[in-house]
Amino acid sequence: MKYYAIAVYGFLYLPICIIALFSFSAGRSATSMQGFSLEWYSRALNNPFVMEALWTSVQVAFYSALLATVVGTMAALALTGMKGRVRRVFDLLVQIAVMIPGIVIGIATLIALVTVFGLINPWLVAWTGWSLSLGRGALIGAHGLFTMSLVILLVRGRMESFDKAQIEASSDLGASPTATFVQVTLPQIMPAILAGFLLAFTFSFDDFVIAFFVAGSETTLPIYVFSSIRRGVTPEINAIGTMVMVASLGLLIIAQIILRRGASKSSR
Amino acid sequence: MATTQNRARAFLLAPAGLWYAALLMLPLAVVLVFSFGERSAVGGYAPGFTLDQYKNLPARAAAFRNTLTLAPLGTLAALLIAYPLAYFLAVKVSRRWKTTLLVLVIVPFWTSILIRSYAWIFMLGGKGIPALLEAIGIDDVRLINTPFAVLVGIVYGYLPLMVFPIYVALERMDKGLLEAAADLGTPPWRSFLQITLPLSMTGVLTGSMLVFILLMGEFLIPAILGGGKVFFVGNALVDLFLQSRNWAFGSAVAVALVVIMLIIVAFYSRAVKRFSASRDDVGLM
Repeated sequence: MKYYAIAVYGFLYLPICIIALFSFSAGRSATSMQGFSLEWYSRALNNPFVMEALWTSVQVAFYSALLATVVGTMAALALTGMKGRVRRVFDLLVQIAVMIPGIVIGIATLIALVTVFGLINPWLVAWTGWSLSLGRGALIGAHGLFTMSLVILLVRGRMESFDKAQIEASSDLGASPTATFVQVTLPQIMPAILAGFLLAFTFSFDDFVIAFFVAGSETTLPIYVFSSIRRGVTPEINAIGTMVMVASLGLLIIAQIILRRGASKSSR
Repeated sequence: MATTQNRARAFLLAPAGLWYAALLMLPLAVVLVFSFGERSAVGGYAPGFTLDQYKNLPARAAAFRNTLTLAPLGTLAALLIAYPLAYFLAVKVSRRWKTTLLVLVIVPFWTSILIRSYAWIFMLGGKGIPALLEAIGIDDVRLINTPFAVLVGIVYGYLPLMVFPIYVALERMDKGLLEAAADLGTPPWRSFLQITLPLSMTGVLTGSMLVFILLMGEFLIPAILGGGKVFFVGNALVDLFLQSRNWAFGSAVAVALVVIMLIIVAFYSRAVKRFSASRDDVGLM
């Protein structure tokens, strides 16, 4: 049993470790190890296409996560303890957003936006000289739609698990609803909000499928990596892959620590 | 009082509602409408009302066949590999190591699936496992760009999602039941079949459902490890929307995919409900 577990962990981690190992190779071949160097890291970091794609990814991930967290938290607050039709509609929307395959969301968003932009752009150009197109805005919207649903689930779960007597006590003692929210509710749900933000950021930063369709002429880092893989495996991709994995791991660990702190605080 | 509360709720829900309407419901409605339309001469969509696109679905039968074989097969393979690991983590591992080992299973799931699938190009490519096999005398093994490669990628990508629910179900199980069974002289394989397996069934069903849903829409793993030879419905969609720009037919394929998925999920959750209902009866007895 123990050896079986070791084998499965090997299966899970060996491929990742090999990529990380080969990223330090000094040679040109991506599939064998020749000496040790950081050359491919410096190449990747000095490649303007990589840096531009990275910057696009970071911006899209940040803004979509921020919007998803704010809007999702607002919705979760309203939905907590709510019954009736509106609640059922929102439950269904969250379910649809989480369940429909990313690829269907991607193509649906693509053709809907292209169609809508095609209809309103002649007007917009005539009135303002501007026109709408796919790109960062569409990416932020499409990523945020999915991650907002995650935030709603996370924050609502937290709202429903903490002791409502605290809120009643606060208002019985004469605190205004705003003061109660800021001093009682917000500290309780803050871990879920922060964890939601970090998960949303990671999702957007790593997403390829949705971005592939709605990015338009923009290139995010996963799109860059995907098109490079198509052209052949290089040590530079190994270096980028290693950095991406380390970055999302870091964010994940931070999210975990925040969630755990929050849980231990409220159980005291 | 009630109206202020309602107004506050409406204010809090409005942005999320608008977001869902504009970027979820509208796009899905557009796909549904387009699936009844026609392809315009320059690609894209021309309005119309016809069932031609749906009649044309058999043209992509291979993609549906691949998806409907490899998705269940991948789910089953993931289940068979995940179950013993989940059992080990829930029952055998000491409390001290439990969390660490569990986190180690889940962590890969939150890193880029693109990079993780890419890693298998290495492992399965000419200089990876085939080279190792050659060293021990097994020649000419081709792994990359085969259904096997896609299956490995699938199991690798979704194993964490399968382990977690099974672990949770097994962890909740009262270990005293197993001890009682052993004290009464029940052989281990019988107590596994009659106690452990039924009690962990909810986890098995949840994990299988999660993995299956994600696999139905898979595109990345076949694209990277199938090399265009093993393609899913997802790959057909990419082709139809980005290469041949046949939006009407592509929409019909997408609608068909979602409908098939919903039917399977509906049957599945009904089976799960029936199963858990029968479990409750046992509990009451």
